[in-house]
Amino acid sequence: MADVLVVGELKNGELKKISKELTSAGRKIADAIGGKVHTVLITDNVDAFAGDLKAVGADAVIGANLGEFSPEGYANGIFAIIQEKKPAVVLMPHSAQGKEYSARVAIKANAGIVADAVGLSVDGGKVVAKKPIYSGKAYANFKVSSEIQMFTVRANSQEVTPKDGAGAVEKSGASAGEVRTKSISKDLSGGNKVQLADASIIVSGGRGIKGPENWPIIQDLADTLGAALGASRATVDAGWISHSHQVGQTGKTVSPNCYIACGISGAIQHLAGMGSSKYIVAINKDGDAPIFKVATYGVVADLFEVVPALTSEFKKVLG
Amino acid sequence: MKIVVLVKQVPDTETNIKVGDKSINEAGVKWIISPYDEFAIEEGIRIREKSGGEVIAVSLGPDRAVEALRTAYAMGVDRAIHVKVDDYVTFDSTYTSELLANLIKAENADVVIGGRQSIDTDSSQVVVQIAERLNVPHVAMALKLEFDGNKVTATREIEGGTEVVETSAPLAVTAQKGLNEPRYPSLKGIMSAKKKPVDVKKPEELGATGSKLEVVSLEPPPPRIAGRKLEAADAQGFASQLVKALREEAKVI
Repeated sequence: MADVLVVGELKNGELKKISKELTSAGRKIADAIGGKVHTVLITDNVDAFAGDLKAVGADAVIGANLGEFSPEGYANGIFAIIQEKKPAVVLMPHSAQGKEYSARVAIKANAGIVADAVGLSVDGGKVVAKKPIYSGKAYANFKVSSEIQMFTVRANSQEVTPKDGAGAVEKSGASAGEVRTKSISKDLSGGNKVQLADASIIVSGGRGIKGPENWPIIQDLADTLGAALGASRATVDAGWISHSHQVGQTGKTVSPNCYIACGISGAIQHLAGMGSSKYIVAINKDGDAPIFKVATYGVVADLFEVVPALTSEFKKVLG
Repeated sequence: MKIVVLVKQVPDTETNIKVGDKSINEAGVKWIISPYDEFAIEEGIRIREKSGGEVIAVSLGPDRAVEALRTAYAMGVDRAIHVKVDDYVTFDSTYTSELLANLIKAENADVVIGGRQSIDTDSSQVVVQIAERLNVPHVAMALKLEFDGNKVTATREIEGGTEVVETSAPLAVTAQKGLNEPRYPSLKGIMSAKKKPVDVKKPEELGATGSKLEVVSLEPPPPRIAGRKLEAADAQGFASQLVKALREEAKVI
């Protein structure tokens, strides 16, 4: 058998888009190597999501009740399912959680792993994974030579294509097992907003916003578009916003469909974090700013005038 | 406490990268310590300053990796080990984690700290793989670390916020920006670092089973969609053009 096992992700009881992206990518691989697609969700309510995953190619949707997230518990449970299903290929999200459990799963399964893949194809029955390296200044193609081939995949890098799978629902008895790191408390005060890593649209502010009191101008546009709020390093270092918003080399790497950079000059460290965005809009008074070298649409103008105008224009057309 | 800090040498972000068939052309590349590993070194030194013990900096790579270990010496580590892999392609995390885990096991370290990711491959794999290989817990994206004997309380970044966790040493930690402010090496430190010994280990001494990745090819980044600067008389003009472009041309909003 040459099955593909996909690990999906939920957030606040809802299916994250990456779950469909990976199932869809898994379907294409399974069709090329002749196998089934099993999508695993860590939940006790798998029935609620089976239809959505079947519609993008899942032959089996497996619910595993592993409790609250812990990297060890998830790794133990996912590995147990891998042992049972014996897939040839495992796809996991390169999300905050996925990065952590995937590393343990790879060792347990004695598998090679390519992390942060943005492209997946099949050559000679093996998956070829493409990933950006050296801050996106080069791309590398890898094959995994172990029996099980593992990949973590960047959000927004895979297309969701409708294709009907068998969609059988299974409930796995896999357990979290021994977990040696205990969660004491969580502070999710920033948690209700759209997260950078998953966002398909990001609106970011840089030094050009002049001060923390001006974030509402940027946030209004983000809220109007259902976008995540990003920030350049300069604004984080100046204490205008928390580091969790920082995009770039020492912040988050993002690949949204649309990245709107407001008052961001585009230092190479910033470009390293957002350069793989599909469409980039730059709004900056300085027409020589490096951000314009990567921008799909450049607006050389005062952000304090253009951003509010853009927000109200979008409000009109988006209703 | 015996603390191992993992130090990876990577090209400086500002360096131009020339892509060869299966590796980059290293001529003219400026090498630095991966920025997150600097937090790891600093944290290792701070734990020793509080709890005693020793800090061992370990770097895996070709000969040039010794420069990174000299910098770690200059910052204040006690020992340095170079895992010398001449034809090292820095891509295979399972190979790297096996060599390093075997070394750390032999050193019997209480704490392993590395950066949350290296900025050349951004894989976030090696440190957690080491934890799995050593059968110890880990704390990823650490923002604060406190030791009380073997008991460890850590604050870490999670999606949408932070989490406080409790665990115990031995353990592995990945350092997130905010964990500390790395110190600059002193001139005295830099001078004395030049004379300090670097222990060299070869892969065959560390018994790794081999690589599990095949580099098929390297290529330059894909070309970007051609960009253009919009022309408009005022903000309203820019706004309506942008909305049109994003909705009708790019179809992303």
